[in-house]
Amino acid sequence: MLEVMKAVPLATIQDRGRPGHAHLGIPHAGALDPVSLDRANALAGNSSAAAGLELAPGRFVARFHVDGIYAVAGAVSVAPMSVRAGDTVEIGGSAAGMFSYLAVRGGVDVPAVLGSRSTDTLSGIGPAVLRRGSLLPLGTLFADRLVPPALEMPSGEIRVRVRPGPRASWFAQTLSGGYSVSTLNRIGARLTGPPLTRTVTRELPSEGLVAGAVQVPPDGQPIVFLADHPTTGGYPVIAVVHPEDLPLIAQCRPSTRVVFYGP
Amino acid sequence: MRVLEYGWDGLLLEVDDPVGWFLALREHLETDVDDIVPAAETVLLKGVRKLPALETVSPKTAIKTDRAVTVPVRWNGPDLFDGIVEAMRDTVFTVAFCGFAPGFAYLTGLPEAFHRPRLATPRRSVPAGSVAIAGPYAGVYPRESPGGWLLLGVTELVLFDLSKEDPALLTPGTTVRFTDA
Repeated sequence: MLEVMKAVPLATIQDRGRPGHAHLGIPHAGALDPVSLDRANALAGNSSAAAGLELAPGRFVARFHVDGIYAVAGAVSVAPMSVRAGDTVEIGGSAAGMFSYLAVRGGVDVPAVLGSRSTDTLSGIGPAVLRRGSLLPLGTLFADRLVPPALEMPSGEIRVRVRPGPRASWFAQTLSGGYSVSTLNRIGARLTGPPLTRTVTRELPSEGLVAGAVQVPPDGQPIVFLADHPTTGGYPVIAVVHPEDLPLIAQCRPSTRVVFYGP
Repeated sequence: MRVLEYGWDGLLLEVDDPVGWFLALREHLETDVDDIVPAAETVLLKGVRKLPALETVSPKTAIKTDRAVTVPVRWNGPDLFDGIVEAMRDTVFTVAFCGFAPGFAYLTGLPEAFHRPRLATPRRSVPAGSVAIAGPYAGVYPRESPGGWLLLGVTELVLFDLSKEDPALLTPGTTVRFTDA
């Protein structure tokens, strides 16, 4: 058992998410930065299916009720550490990046909902957001495997690949440089920059969305959808971020500059 | 049908009958795509691994599916108007697509004379089980949430239950009738 002693405002349990239910209005969820979650899991001796903790910036403290091993990847990196029952793990500030992933040997073993232990902050499916006093059972999803390389945390400026979205032709511009991240949560990243203007102004009936879809609301400021995005949306999608570059967006602190470029 | 590319591995199909295409494509493409998402005028194919041979598929008629749900309603909503209860009782609805919230189904079939715009100012809280209409659609709020649809009544039917293998009662293509509770 792992006990949360001090939580950050957005501390959740995440795994690879809940694919295949979008037609029922159920979001995908899962780690915003699956590269870092998988690295933390590998370092802790877990399989890729194990659930870990996704922690927003701030001071997070948890206490082990049993002996164990943990590792951290993402904004904060901690090499595998062996701990005894009663020891605490503390995760604090970092130089760059947003989310840190705490993996504990065996994985967090809360009940899976529709095949996933991920918290979905849009619809409320899955375990509750973690608070002081949350008690987390540990599982047995062990695996000895190669540790994937660390994702380099964005600082200053990132470049991300995009391909046109289904409504790219509705806009006077293509998506390129000049944007910066203003706010970011598990649903999406709001960017500010040169307003995107429409050449086709009719209303769009709701249509399906994917992670990485760059949606443009009437103010012309793009939103990049992340793991907890709604399954459908009523504003046109101008472009889609490459799945491998999406973790970089999720790890952007506010005011990080974003340059989009085509394939 | 118009096929639009959607980013890196998605296709958006603009079709006349999205739910019919959803039902047909689900049978043909199950292993070739990650998810099939019907919406108002489109069907999204997510995570396409193999380009589908769409010319070999034709839309299925939703009404012939074996899923049919009857929703008993107490017609006590604040937004009732003349004739709407009779129209709701007389209409055979079809789930066109889901969205807004898990298990929230957009039901089509309401005669045009009863179409109404959504409220100019959404209510901050709509009770779970509220039976409502907006635009061409009818729907049932699976849980308490904000909402801008016209409220006609309430059902005690549970529309979304995560303890079940199929959590959503109203899935795309399901036939729905409203009766008096």
